Amino acid sequence: QDYFGVCSEVMIKDNVVVVYEVLEEMLDNGFPLATESNILKELIKPPTILRTVVNTITGSTNVGDQLPTGQLSVVPWRRTGVKYTNNEAYFDVIEEIDAIIDKSGSTITAEIQGVIDACVKLTGMPDLTLSFMNPRLLDDVSFHPCVRFKRWESERILSFIPPDGNFRLLSYHVSAQNLVAIPVYVKHNISFRDSSSLGRFEITVGPKQTMGKTVEGVMVTSQMPKGVLNMTLTPSQGTHIFDPVTKLLSWDVGKINPQKLPSLKGSVSLQAGTSKPDENPTINLQFKIQQLAISGLKVNRLDMYGEKYKPFKGIKYMTKAGKFQVRT
Amino acid sequence: MSGNGLGYGEQGGEAAPELAQEPAPSMTPVTPAAFGLFSSDTKKNEDLKQMLESSKDSAKLDAMKRIVGMIAKGKNASELFPAVVKNVASKNIEIKKLVYVYLMRYAEEQQDLALLSISTFQRALKDPNQLIRASALRVLSSIRVPIIVPIMMLAIKEASSDLSPYVRKNAAHAIQKLYSLDPEQKEMLIEVIEKLLKDRSTLVAGSVVMAFEEVCPDRIDLIHKNYRKLCNLLVDVEEWGQVVIIHMLTRYARTQFVSPWKDDEVVEEYSEKNFYESDEDQKEKDQKVKNTYTMDPDHRLLLRNTKPLLQSRNAAVVMAVGQLYWHLAPKSEAGIVSKSLVRLLRSNREVQYIVLQNIATMSIQRKGMFEPYLKSFYVRSTDPTMIKTLKLEILTNLANEANISTLLREFQTYVKSQDKQFAAATIQAIGRCATNITEVTDTCLNGLVCLLSNRDEIVVAESVVVIKKLLQTQPAHHGEIIKHMAKLLDNITVPVARASILWLIGEYCERVPKIAPDVLRKTAKSFTNEDDLVKLQILNLGAKLYLTNSKQTKLLTQYVLNLGKYDQSYDIRDRARFIRQLIVPNEKSGALSKYAKKIFLAQKPAPLLESPFKDRDHFQLGTLSHTLNSRATGYLELSNWPEVAPDPSVRNVDVAESAKEWTGIKTKKEKPTEKFYSESEEEEDESASSSTSESKSSSESEKEDKEERSSDESSGSSSSSEESSDSESDSKESTAKKISRAAAESDSEEVKKKVKGICKKRSTSSSSDTESASSEESSSDSKSDSDSKSDSDSGKLRRATSSKKEEKPIQDRKAPNKQDVFLLDLDDFCPVTTPVAVPTSAILSPSLTADLEGLSLLSSSVIDVTTQVSVPTKTHELLHRMSGKGLAAHYHFSRQLGIFGDRMVSVQVTVTNTTDRKIEDIRIGEKKLPPGMRMHEFNPIECLEPAGSITVSMGIDFCDSTQMASFQLCTKDDNFNVNIQPPVGELLLPVTMSEKDFKKEQGMLTGMNETSATIAVAPQNSTRLVIIERVVNAANLGVVPSGQDNIHRFAAKTVHSGSLMLVTVELKESSTAQLIINTEKTVIGSVLLRELKPVLSQG
Repeated sequence: QDYFGVCSEVMIKDNVVVVYEVLEEMLDNGFPLATESNILKELIKPPTILRTVVNTITGSTNVGDQLPTGQLSVVPWRRTGVKYTNNEAYFDVIEEIDAIIDKSGSTITAEIQGVIDACVKLTGMPDLTLSFMNPRLLDDVSFHPCVRFKRWESERILSFIPPDGNFRLLSYHVSAQNLVAIPVYVKHNISFRDSSSLGRFEITVGPKQTMGKTVEGVMVTSQMPKGVLNMTLTPSQGTHIFDPVTKLLSWDVGKINPQKLPSLKGSVSLQAGTSKPDENPTINLQFKIQQLAISGLKVNRLDMYGEKYKPFKGIKYMTKAGKFQVRT
Repeated sequence: MSGNGLGYGEQGGEAAPELAQEPAPSMTPVTPAAFGLFSSDTKKNEDLKQMLESSKDSAKLDAMKRIVGMIAKGKNASELFPAVVKNVASKNIEIKKLVYVYLMRYAEEQQDLALLSISTFQRALKDPNQLIRASALRVLSSIRVPIIVPIMMLAIKEASSDLSPYVRKNAAHAIQKLYSLDPEQKEMLIEVIEKLLKDRSTLVAGSVVMAFEEVCPDRIDLIHKNYRKLCNLLVDVEEWGQVVIIHMLTRYARTQFVSPWKDDEVVEEYSEKNFYESDEDQKEKDQKVKNTYTMDPDHRLLLRNTKPLLQSRNAAVVMAVGQLYWHLAPKSEAGIVSKSLVRLLRSNREVQYIVLQNIATMSIQRKGMFEPYLKSFYVRSTDPTMIKTLKLEILTNLANEANISTLLREFQTYVKSQDKQFAAATIQAIGRCATNITEVTDTCLNGLVCLLSNRDEIVVAESVVVIKKLLQTQPAHHGEIIKHMAKLLDNITVPVARASILWLIGEYCERVPKIAPDVLRKTAKSFTNEDDLVKLQILNLGAKLYLTNSKQTKLLTQYVLNLGKYDQSYDIRDRARFIRQLIVPNEKSGALSKYAKKIFLAQKPAPLLESPFKDRDHFQLGTLSHTLNSRATGYLELSNWPEVAPDPSVRNVDVAESAKEWTGIKTKKEKPTEKFYSESEEEEDESASSSTSESKSSSESEKEDKEERSSDESSGSSSSSEESSDSESDSKESTAKKISRAAAESDSEEVKKKVKGICKKRSTSSSSDTESASSEESSSDSKSDSDSKSDSDSGKLRRATSSKKEEKPIQDRKAPNKQDVFLLDLDDFCPVTTPVAVPTSAILSPSLTADLEGLSLLSSSVIDVTTQVSVPTKTHELLHRMSGKGLAAHYHFSRQLGIFGDRMVSVQVTVTNTTDRKIEDIRIGEKKLPPGMRMHEFNPIECLEPAGSITVSMGIDFCDSTQMASFQLCTKDDNFNVNIQPPVGELLLPVTMSEKDFKKEQGMLTGMNETSATIAVAPQNSTRLVIIERVVNAANLGVVPSGQDNIHRFAAKTVHSGSLMLVTVELKESSTAQLIINTEKTVIGSVLLRELKPVLSQG
C-alpha cells in the first residue's frame, strides 16, 4: 500500500516488475526477509511520475544499490539522512467505540479501542517523547517497535525515535471498567405483520453525551431479512439506498442537528406468502466526532531531543464508531 | 501482513511466483488472430533478444521488464535463457535484479545454461557491496541445480563469516534452501548453523534459528550455549525472527526445565527485583528453598524477556508469546497473556479465527484466564459464521454459575439470528451449558421447549436433538415435554429431529403409555415415505412397545416389521429381521429372546456434551497442526516436562557469570570457553590478536634486538589469545613458561576467590581489573542494545578479547610480588608489558603506595593494571579483506615516543594476506594529505605469504588535527584507497610534572583556554584507580600525583606543537564530577572533553 496508494488489480498489473522486485526483497524462499516498508522503499524506490521522468532522462534505476543503513542499525525502522525543510510531527488520536446496544437501548458491551497514528517528517535522528495527562486510562497497549518499552513501564511516557513518514505509533484499549459514554442513540420501530405483506420501518438517530461536539458522517446500514422485497422510505435528511439483491439498506445521514433529529420513515414490502422474519435486522452505525477522544485521553506534551531545530507539532483527536451495533 | 503470517513457518513455499501468476489468464493480451499467436510470439522474442544484446542499458532494462512481465502472465520465456544469462554480469543493478528473478524461475529447467551464470555469482560474492554479496548468495542458493551444491556449500560457509550481518543473515536463509535441495549436506550445514548461532547480531538470530528448525530441530544441544543470548536478544530481533525463536525456545524449555505446574503452591521465590541481583545470590537462594519448587533462573529469564513482546504490533509475535506462556509459565502467570490475545480479536478475520481457536483450547482447561473478557466474545451480527461459532464455543466454555444468566440472555438473541447455522450452534451451546451447570438445566430446558414452537425448522430440529440429549442426562419426570414433542411430530420434517422424537418416545414409552402406540400408528402409516434414519427409529419404537405393551401394539409392530422387510435399504431390512427374530416368540427363538426386554430397555448412558476443542490440547498452540486438529508434516511434538531438570550448567558458557568465572572454572569448561572465543569470532579475534601481539613483539625487537624471541612470539601469537582461556593444551611453550603460568594460575585462583568474596560489593570493587574486564565482557554479553549495532559489536568483541589478553600478563606480572624466582621467565614470557608507558608507572607508584598499603593482594595487582592499561588496545580497520581483494590491514596507535621524529604519531599497521596466493610488493602509494600533514612511510613489504601477516610501523604528523590522513595502499597489482583518522587522545604525549607545576600551568591557562563540563559519573567509576585507568585508556595522558582524593590530574602535550593539555577530574557529591581541560589548543581541548565524558559516565 505504501507503494501504490491503493492495492488493486490494475495497480498490480501495471507494476508487475516492481511487485516482483518488492516481493523478492520481502521474501526469501518463503521466509520473510525485510518487511519494514521504510527499508523496502530505500531498496526499491516506489514508482512516481517524477521518478519515471528522471529515470528515462538519466538512465538511473529505481533500485537502490546500497544496503540501507537502517537495516543494520539499532533503529531499523528509520532511514538515515532524512531531510525536510518543514519539520513537522502530527499525531492523530483516533478512538473507536465498539458497542452492542440491545433492543431497549441499554448497552450490552462497549469498549474503546484507540490508536495514535503519526505522521512524522523530521530531519535527522530526532528522539521524541510523548506524555499523557492520564496514562492510567490505557489498559492494554501495543507499540510500534520504535517505542522504548522500559520507559513506558516505569514512567508511562512514550519515548521513541520515529520512523519516517506515516506509521501507527500505538494502539490501545481503554479498560472495560470505565463506563463508556455512548455518544449517539437510535430510536427504532421496525415491525412486520403476519397478515399483510407490509411492514413499518422507522429510525431516528440522535446525539447523546457528545460533550458539545457535533456528530458527523453518520451512516446507518442494516441488513434486511431475505423476505424483504423493497422498501419505500423517506429520510428527513441525507440519502438512502436499498439494494434489493443484497437486501442492504444504507442511509447516509451526514451531520446530526440536535434541534432537528434526522429520521427515516416508510414501509417495507415483503415477499407475499412467506412468513414474517422472526428477527428484526440489526442496525450498524458509523459516525465521527472531531476534536474529541471519548475516553478522555489527552496528550500532555511532546518533546524532541537529539536535533536542534524546532519542529511544528500538531495533535488531533477523533472519535469514530467501530463495530457499533444496535439490536432491534 | 501480520494477518497471514501466523503460521507461515509451516507453509513455506513460493509465495512470489504464485501470486504473480494468479492474474495470468485474464491478462493474456488478445492477439488479432489465433493462428498468428505463435509467429508473433517468436518474432517478439527475436526483438527481445536483440534488445538484450544491445549495448544500451535502457534497452536491456526494457527487454528484461517485458520478459518478467511475460513470466507474470504465465508465458514461457525459457527460450530467451541464453540471451538473458549473458546479462547476469551487467553493471546496472536493476537489470541484474531482473535477471535474478528470471534465473530463479528458469534455472531448474535449463541446468546446463544456468551453470554459465555461476561464475558471475561467485565473483559477486566477493563484491565490496554487501547488498550485492547478499543477493548473489540468495540467487545462487535459489538455483536448484544439484551440480552446484558444493559451490553453494562453499559460498554459505564463506558468507557465514562475512563481516556484514546482512550477508550472514542471507547465509542462514541459504542453508534451508540448500538443505531442501540436498539433504545429504546436513552435517556440514549443522556446522554452519552452529557457527551462526553464536552470532551476536540480532539480524542473524532469527534467520539462523529458522534454519535450525528446518534442518536439525532435534539438535537441542546446539542451543545450550546460546540460550541466554537468544533470550536477551529477543526483544531486538525483527518480528518474524521473534516468532521462530519463541517457538524454538518453547520446545527447548520443555526439555530443559522442570514443570512449574507440579505443585499447586508454587513458591514464587523470585520477585522481579531479585532477578537483577547477581547469579550468586540466586544460587544461595536455590539452596535455601531446595525443598519447594523453584524456577530455574534461565526459565525465568525466558519468561521475563518474552513478556514485553506481548505488546508487539505483530499478531504472530503475540500469539507466539501467548503459546509460550501457556506451555511454560506457572499457572498463576499465564493469565497475563489473555489481555493481549483478546486485543488481537480486533484485527482481521483470519487472525481472529486462529486466535479464537487457540483461546477456545485454552478456555477449556483454564476458565479463569478469559472470564474477565467474557463480553469481548459477544457475537456481532457482522461477524462471519466461522468466527461466530468459535466465539460461541468460547462463551460456552466460559459459562459458570455466576455468568450463566447473562450468557443465556445473550444466547437468546443469537437463537433469533438470521444465520441459521449459527442459531443451531447456539442451541447446541445452550444444551452444553445446561448439562454443565446443573442449576440452569431446567431453565435451559424450558427455553428450548419454547424454541420448539419456533417457525424455523432447523432451529426446532436442533432443539429437539438437544432436548433429547438433555432428557437423557436427566431421566426424571419430563413426561410433559415428551407429550409436547409427540405432538410436534406432525409438523416436523427434518429427519434427525423426527428420529430423535421417536427414540425419546420409545425410550420413555412407559411414561407416556397412551401416546406411544398412537405415535406408532401414525408413523406406521407414513413409514414408506420416511427417511432411513426415521425408519430405523420406527422399528426401534415398535420393538420397544411390543415388549412393554404387546397387547396394543403387537399387530402394529408386525406390520411395521413387514414393511421393513421389503424396504429398499438393506440396513432397514437387516434391522427388521433382526428385531423380528429377537422379539417375536416362535419355535426357533433362541435364548436371546428371553433377554430381549433387557437388551432394548437397558439404561443407556447419557451422552456427554463436549467441546470439539477438548482433544486439541495435545498439539502445541499456535501451530498449523492445532488449527487443523491433525498432525501436519513438520510438526514437532512438544515434549513433556522432564522429571528432573538436565544440568543447567550447560547454558553457562556465554553469560556474564561464565566470564566472571572463567579463571576459576576453566579446567572444567575449557572446551566451550575456548570455542566461544576462538571460533565464532575467529577472524576478528585473530586479526586483533595478531596485530596487537605482533606489534608489541616487533617493537620489542627494535628495542632489544632479540630476534629469536620475537619470532617465537609471533609464531605463538595466534595461539596466545587462546592460551588465556586454555592453559593446559599448549605444548609448544617452553617448560619455564609453564611453571610461570602455573604460578600465575594459582594466583589467579586466589584472585578469583577474593572476587567471589566481595562479589556482593561488585559495583564498588570493580577497581580490580579482572573484575572490570569481566564486567566489560558481560556488558557486551548481556546488553542487547549495545550488541545490535554490528560495527560497535565487533569492536566490542575485539576489545573484550584484547582485554582478556591483558589479563594474562597482569596475573603473570603479579607473580614477582611473591615469587621472585620466576622473574626472569616471566620477562621472557610477557615482555610485551615492559616497554609501555613506563613514565606513567614511575609517577604513579609513589603516590599510590599509601593507598596500596591497606589493600589486599587483589588490589595490588591493580597498580600494574593501570600502567598496563595505557597500551592502546583498540585496533582500527584500515582495509577490509573484502574490499582489499584478500589483503586486510588493521592499524593501532602504539603510543611510542617519536620513532620517526618528534612530531609524528606512530601508527602500527598489520597487513594480513587472506588469499591463497602470495601478495607482493606492498607499499604506500600516492598520498592525499591535508596541508601541513606529513607521513613517514613504512618500508615496502616484498612478499606476503598466504595467511601470513606482517606488522609495520609508520609515523604520521597529524598537525594536531583530527583530519584523516588518506593514502593508497599498493600491491603489485592493485591500489587501495585507505585512510587513518586519529582519535584526539592519540594526538597527545604524556608529560610528567608535579602537582605544583600543574597548578601553576593551570593558572596560566584560564579563561578562553579552559573548557569544563559537569558529568554524571557511574558509581563504579568513582574510585581513583578506575578513573585513572579509564582516562588513560581513552587518551594518552600522564598522571599527575594529587594530594586530594577527589581530584585527579592528568597532563600531556600535543604531539605537533607541544602545547600543554591539562585535564582535571574533580569528583563531587552525588556522583557527579567536574571535568576541566586547560589548553591553548582549545579546539582539541573541547574535542577531548567530549570524548572523555562518556568514558567516565559509562558503566
